[in-house]
Amino acid sequence: MSKAPASIFARALRKSPWVFHVGTSGCNNCDIEIADCLTPRFDVERFGVRLVGSPRHADVMLISGPVSTACRKPLQETWLEMPRPRAAVMVGVCACSMGAYRDAYSVSGPADKVIREVDPEAKFVYIPGCPPKPETIIAGMVKLLGEL
Amino acid sequence: MDRLGEWLFFFLIFPGIAFAVGLGLAMSWVDRKVTALVQWRQGPSAPQPFWDVVKLLGKEVILPEQAWTAGFLAFPFVAFASAALAATLTWHAALRLPGGTFGDLIVVLYLLAIPSLAVILGGAASGNPLGAVGASRDMKLVLGYELPLVTALLVAVFQHRALDGHDVTAATLSLDGLVRFQDAVGAVIYRPSGVLAFLVALSCCHAKLGFVPFDQAEADTEIAEGALIEYSGPLLALFKLTQAVQLATLPVLLVTVFWGGFQPAAWGVAAFAAKMLLVLVILVLVKNTNPRVRIDQAMRFFWGPVAGTALLALVLAQIGW
Repeated sequence: MSKAPASIFARALRKSPWVFHVGTSGCNNCDIEIADCLTPRFDVERFGVRLVGSPRHADVMLISGPVSTACRKPLQETWLEMPRPRAAVMVGVCACSMGAYRDAYSVSGPADKVIREVDPEAKFVYIPGCPPKPETIIAGMVKLLGEL
Repeated sequence: MDRLGEWLFFFLIFPGIAFAVGLGLAMSWVDRKVTALVQWRQGPSAPQPFWDVVKLLGKEVILPEQAWTAGFLAFPFVAFASAALAATLTWHAALRLPGGTFGDLIVVLYLLAIPSLAVILGGAASGNPLGAVGASRDMKLVLGYELPLVTALLVAVFQHRALDGHDVTAATLSLDGLVRFQDAVGAVIYRPSGVLAFLVALSCCHAKLGFVPFDQAEADTEIAEGALIEYSGPLLALFKLTQAVQLATLPVLLVTVFWGGFQPAAWGVAAFAAKMLLVLVILVLVKNTNPRVRIDQAMRFFWGPVAGTALLALVLAQIGW
């Protein structure tokens, strides 16, 4: 990372990361915790985080689940649909390292490996937990924003 | 040449692009903040809409393979330019700026319809099936709300004619004329026909802004922002800016046509700002307390009760109420 003062675009990116959520065959537990972040108690809109409906509008991809074989291709395609600069957050231990599904016949994750196949320069942040608490997810987002 | 320079200043700086964008971003912050307060959240900080737009300007533009590239690139600019011009004309009349009468109600109505058309065409040009669904829904919505909106704005013109004892040819369609008329005989909204027309125009502006009961064209949860689905980076930023400029135009148009223009005095500034904010907050509160209706329900609503009310208001205005 260069030490040059960040451009206004980089500053703006840190102030308004729009998030696209991809469920890659997770158990829905992490998805519920992600939805929790938007509730009044945690309210990530304070930091400018918005959940958007189209990957074209997104800056950050939230991935939950141990990428099953069927999900592999869609995940890669969705990643390539996001405009640069882009980054991914692995929410939960399944997305980070496939967790309990590690040696299962039906998974071809973890997600970072699947994405690196199509984009070797992709940036990731890992948030372990089963599921991670909303506070942890927010802390992970903040860490990611520092690196963007 | 002088006139050209003057009008370029009006269009580019005040009250056109620079002013309308700044005010529009501020008003979209008010929208988001009030939404957050309704939901017992804290909501974003004031510069948030500004950061959103700057970030989008710095992002990559992706051109979909199936898109009609020229149209896909052009329509955001068309939308933004016409919204900014509508803002210029409306604010020019509302603030009683010098430079003479320019542009009447009909021009403003056309200019306000163009952003919707640009969104429709842009969505269709993107080649995305969800974009096409969004475009077709937006088209139906435009067909629904334009008729009552025009009828409601005509109520102000008809009141002018009835109260001034003019014949048809003397009825003013210019925004300046409507402002001066309200100075003379009181605001349109203080008469029964004006109240009805204001309510009709308010609900039409609600649909024009794509706020929730009438956001079928964007419907985040069903069709992922509909017509805008394939837009990214600066092109999306232009559409967001168009929405912001419309947010800075429609409440002002309503206040100007129905509730008198800006009075050049300290209390005039406060009163004008308060009226504008009141209209905006009403829109936002309605948005936050209603579920999205189906597109056929929306059309039935606009062609049934809303158009009926607008016609009733027109008749009342005709007999001088």
